Amino acid sequence: MVGFKTLLIKEIMRFWKVSFQTILAPLVSTLLYLVIFAHVLSTHSDIYPGVSYGVFLIPGLMMMAMLQNAFANSSSSLIQSKVTGNLVFILLTPLSELEFYWAYVVAAMIRGMIVGTVVLLTSLFFFKLPFANPLWIILFGCISTVVASTLGIIAGIAAEKFDQMAAWQNFIIVPLTFLSGAFYSISSLSSPWNTISRLNPFLYMIDGFRYGFFSHSDVSPWLSLTIVGGVGLVLLWITLSILKSGWRLRG
Amino acid sequence: MIPAIEIRGAEKRFGHLLALNSIDLTIDQGEFFALLGPNGAGKTTLINLLSGLSRPTAGSLRVMGHDVTLDYKNARKSLGVVPQELVFDPFFSVRETLRIQSGYFGISNNDDWIDEILSNLQLSDKAENNMRTLSGGMKRRVLIAQALVHRPPVIVLDEPTAGVDVELRQTLWQFIKRLNQDGHTILLTTHYLEEAETLCNRIAILKKGNLIRLDTTENLLKESITGSLEEVFVSVMQEKVKS
Ligand SMILES: Nc1ncnc2c1ncn2[C@@H]1O[C@H](COP(=O)(O)OP(=O)(O)OP(=O)(O)O)[C@@H](O)[C@H]1O
Ligand SMILES: [Mg+2]
Repeated sequence: MVGFKTLLIKEIMRFWKVSFQTILAPLVSTLLYLVIFAHVLSTHSDIYPGVSYGVFLIPGLMMMAMLQNAFANSSSSLIQSKVTGNLVFILLTPLSELEFYWAYVVAAMIRGMIVGTVVLLTSLFFFKLPFANPLWIILFGCISTVVASTLGIIAGIAAEKFDQMAAWQNFIIVPLTFLSGAFYSISSLSSPWNTISRLNPFLYMIDGFRYGFFSHSDVSPWLSLTIVGGVGLVLLWITLSILKSGWRLRG
Repeated sequence: MIPAIEIRGAEKRFGHLLALNSIDLTIDQGEFFALLGPNGAGKTTLINLLSGLSRPTAGSLRVMGHDVTLDYKNARKSLGVVPQELVFDPFFSVRETLRIQSGYFGISNNDDWIDEILSNLQLSDKAENNMRTLSGGMKRRVLIAQALVHRPPVIVLDEPTAGVDVELRQTLWQFIKRLNQDGHTILLTTHYLEEAETLCNRIAILKKGNLIRLDTTENLLKESITGSLEEVFVSVMQEKVKS
């Protein structure tokens, strides 16, 4: 337990010491999206009955920021430690694969949650949000950040250089989170975009999260939960197999 | 008594390169052992197999009787490794680095021992400094400190004196000698043969992944006319070229 706790605290200290870049910067860009889109589209008709565009946007942006930051935390920590070589300090210790996995995941979740929470608190100054089903909010917040952090661990292990990591960010994470319905309801999309969007697992994270706020969503929250949970379990299994095999970590 | 290190048929391939060819080696508890060989001989590769940083393609390795893959927790607890590369985590101070390293091994209140190591390595006045601000030799000493936080019975040093100044090298060896007298087993690699000659009781020589010599320092020195290990080393290297 001490080993896990130490690695967790070390990972939290790592992003906290550079919080200007890891918390403040993503916060500012998320709030900019909110201000710009909510302003430009303020005349847009309600998305759901009684839910204006600005209010609709908040959970989506919040979840998008949480996912991107959770992914960024585990992936950049691992790639940095690999490139600078100091990952050996962890690899030389008796820490188990599970301890390693959960320490990186929980630290990444915490960073995602901090960014998400501050986005939410800031938007409460300008918008009134219904918190229809807080348990769904928490549930989707937790599971989704676990999935993003796990994906970050896989990317951090798979990438051997910083530019490979940038490719993960720019070609997978950013497009998938942007096209996840954070900015719009997918029911407003015509086919085939509607169908294609439904292949994106991030969509269910945002839709389920939104259900927690509005009791209204494009997909049943139970379906979303099943999909997101299933994706999470598959990624967990992949990550633990990778860690056990020593792939790219123990040459 | 269980040997400190027991290596049976250890083999490591990197693609077509046979970096280690079926190495058998047993080091008893309390030995001060040198692993010598030219650049690329396979010294670091063998150490990586022992520490679990790399996995053997064949064979088995044990540290204090614990198999490095099957019982990796106990094997790693028994082993302190000073890596050859000067690596550090730029986010932390020297003390933070050592506290974190202790924590990884499950030790939470380790400041007394950390202070003792720091003082022995003449780093006490740098304890609160960020790792980035240390000189190369100081970083090397922090690496040594990191390997000792969990008081491992077996200590492996991969070129610990590279880049360390003359005076400090002396204090460093005195410290390591004391650790050895206290019962720690020491395995080291170095390119300074006089260090191996004066400190180590036994020596293994690797060449191109083969263990070509294994004997006591005393016996090896008998082969030399001038009585220097360097002369023996050079002739051992040439022998193999002929055969
Ligand atoms: N990760 C790797 N991938 C491919 N080849 C490797 C790898 N690590 C080591 N080698 C090769 O294995 C051989 C042994 O390398 P090793 O680092 O063990 O040598 P060494 O005896 O420690 O040398 P030095 O005295 O220079 O430190 C070398 O030919 C090296 O190029
Ligand atoms: Mg080496």
